[in-house]
Amino acid sequence: MIPESKLGSKLKVQILAGGISHERDISLKSARRVADALAEIGVTTVIREPDFDLLKNIQTDKPDVIWPVLHGATGEDGSLRDILAMTGVPFVGATGDSARLAWDKPTAKALVAREGIQTPASIALPKEAFKELDVDSVLAAVTNHLSMPVVVKPARSGSAHGVTIVEDAKHLSRALVDAYVYCDVVLIEKYVAGTELAITVINLGAGEIALPPVEIEPVDGRFGFNERYTAGETNYFVPARLEQNVIKRACDMAIKAHEVLGLRHLSRIDVIVDEQGVPWFLEANVVPGLTEISLVPQAIHAAGNSLGEVYYSLVETAFRSR
Amino acid sequence: MTTHLPPHGQNFDPWLDSYAARAATLSVSEVRALFSVVSRPEVVSLAGGMPFVSALPHEVLNQSYENMMAKRGNAAIQYSGGQGDATLREQIREIMALEGISSSVDDLVITTGSQHGLELLSGLFLNPGDVVLAEGPSYLGALGIFRHYEAQIEHVYTDENGMSPEALAESIENLKRQGKTIKFLYLVPNFANPSGVTLSAERRAPILELCRKNHILVVEDNPYGLLYFNEPVPKALRSMDEEGVVYLGSFSKIMAPGFRVGYVLAPPAIRDKMVLAQESALLCPSAFTQMLISEFLANTDWKGQINTFRGVYKERKDAALQAMHDFLPNLQTTRPDGGFYLWITLPEGVDSKAMLPLAVKELVAYTPGTAFFGDGTGQRNLRICYSFPTPENIRVGIKRLANVINLQTELLDTFSHKES
Repeated sequence: MIPESKLGSKLKVQILAGGISHERDISLKSARRVADALAEIGVTTVIREPDFDLLKNIQTDKPDVIWPVLHGATGEDGSLRDILAMTGVPFVGATGDSARLAWDKPTAKALVAREGIQTPASIALPKEAFKELDVDSVLAAVTNHLSMPVVVKPARSGSAHGVTIVEDAKHLSRALVDAYVYCDVVLIEKYVAGTELAITVINLGAGEIALPPVEIEPVDGRFGFNERYTAGETNYFVPARLEQNVIKRACDMAIKAHEVLGLRHLSRIDVIVDEQGVPWFLEANVVPGLTEISLVPQAIHAAGNSLGEVYYSLVETAFRSR
Repeated sequence: MTTHLPPHGQNFDPWLDSYAARAATLSVSEVRALFSVVSRPEVVSLAGGMPFVSALPHEVLNQSYENMMAKRGNAAIQYSGGQGDATLREQIREIMALEGISSSVDDLVITTGSQHGLELLSGLFLNPGDVVLAEGPSYLGALGIFRHYEAQIEHVYTDENGMSPEALAESIENLKRQGKTIKFLYLVPNFANPSGVTLSAERRAPILELCRKNHILVVEDNPYGLLYFNEPVPKALRSMDEEGVVYLGSFSKIMAPGFRVGYVLAPPAIRDKMVLAQESALLCPSAFTQMLISEFLANTDWKGQINTFRGVYKERKDAALQAMHDFLPNLQTTRPDGGFYLWITLPEGVDSKAMLPLAVKELVAYTPGTAFFGDGTGQRNLRICYSFPTPENIRVGIKRLANVINLQTELLDTFSHKES
């Protein structure tokens, strides 16, 4: 329940953004958009860095709710969320434990697969493995097991940093090097051709719902960093250009993945729908991008809602779930 | 499974089909986004070419500000002439004289940083497909402007003595044979960004002669010339050729870049067009910052201030070279006699741009070598800027960099022989 003292007045929100991750810039942009949307409906926000003064700022700002809009490490790996939990101030999004599991792509895939959700075959390889094993035979085994093409991605990263679609096995080693600069563990995943969907799952206190999936069609075929953050580089379709029953299957799968991973108030589940209409789980985003051209805001608009109202509902839900 | 729904979705840019062709050169960059972390105190940034402005005492600036407002307050906050403040132009003559340049105050145009001077000049001269000759490597801010005007950038071989006249002659011949129009030779002759090298006195006259003979305008960009550590730099190219050289100067490195005041010394016909172009683009440069600088130059020991900067940067250059010696003794680096930069050559196979995410993870930032070439080369190089971090932090940063390079080399060693 919202306390008596808070009735009739808006909750005060501290937004955590920035951090030392490869996605710092995107985090800052997302945070400003969240602050703008909340300001439009009269909510007071303050944007803070998760730095040396983190705990001092929480004491000074006295927020009712904290919203960690931190992409990448610390924001998504659960560590910061554990610290926030200790302060007793409610926060938007997954708990530390859930974030830790979902942020690690191989772990998230294993967890959802255990619950019957389809996810492309994959193998996770720590960098250290190549020091002990024969590289040639490992790469040959991977190629044989998954067959080309494959997607090579850092096990823990976002914004498509370090991601390569490898069509020819001879380029696998280069793709591994490019992924290992982001993370010491790399996921090599069987490439599934089809329609790429981003499905926002939210829980405003009455159970998880999926917002209209956003279909992603990059102009040059690849949804990399530039295509994600340059207006005009990607076409987005909401509703997705798929049959209704296929969209429903994909949404049901996204909700189930969100529940399995325990992502609480908000997540974005990335899905590929193959040519037979089967949705495949690719990854879960604990802190999805919230910039002006990000996927979650598109889904909120497509559902006929205003960003400010939905964001504030998330804040209220977090407050109630203390 | 695709149904017949609208052919075009939302792309967040309804004007996508309306941009000029040159706008295609402007896009977000993954590297630029990574640089966002350099503002965090945990990260040692050896990336941006930032002057150590803390060496410029605020009380001196405050006094200059008070004097300026008392003497010229209303003029300082008013529109001013497109060519810039006449008093400041007189004072700039004195600065340029230190490098052997004599000029008429009428031939000077004040600009919003020398970057804006370069932009105006490019707008006046460059048609799509025109060639700009530049050192290899060259200043990334200039390359960005040339690209924006859709010029073809041709790098000329450059060694520890600057651009090679022989290589320049060869490039000119090749380009002429291809029927190309060469508009500029763009040079940062003193303590160049990014290499730190200085064009030797012996090479200056032959380069000017080649350009004269081939009707190529020389653009001499000289922000670092006064920041020498031991010996003054050779005489400016402009001091040897008044008609064939456009000279760009700046207060960004000898005072502070926040003022955004630079200047262009150009032959009269070019000067006239630059003034008109400047008036068209922004009416006039900021009178406020021009007059503040003018007051600073009139009533402070500005030469002493430049000396202070020299001392600061020499100490940092020494710290950087010592750290290179201690932690990366096998890497080739330039040894500048002034300015801000070291240019490092990495071990075979190491790509500085691909390695940058690892460096950011290890809390050190640098600028990848590819940023300083218009043709995608420079993968094996990186630029270290030593001007801003303290000597202690420079050492920490280079130690971290050494670790990053070792990690990356180890990774490449594991996989390199697998790449076809």
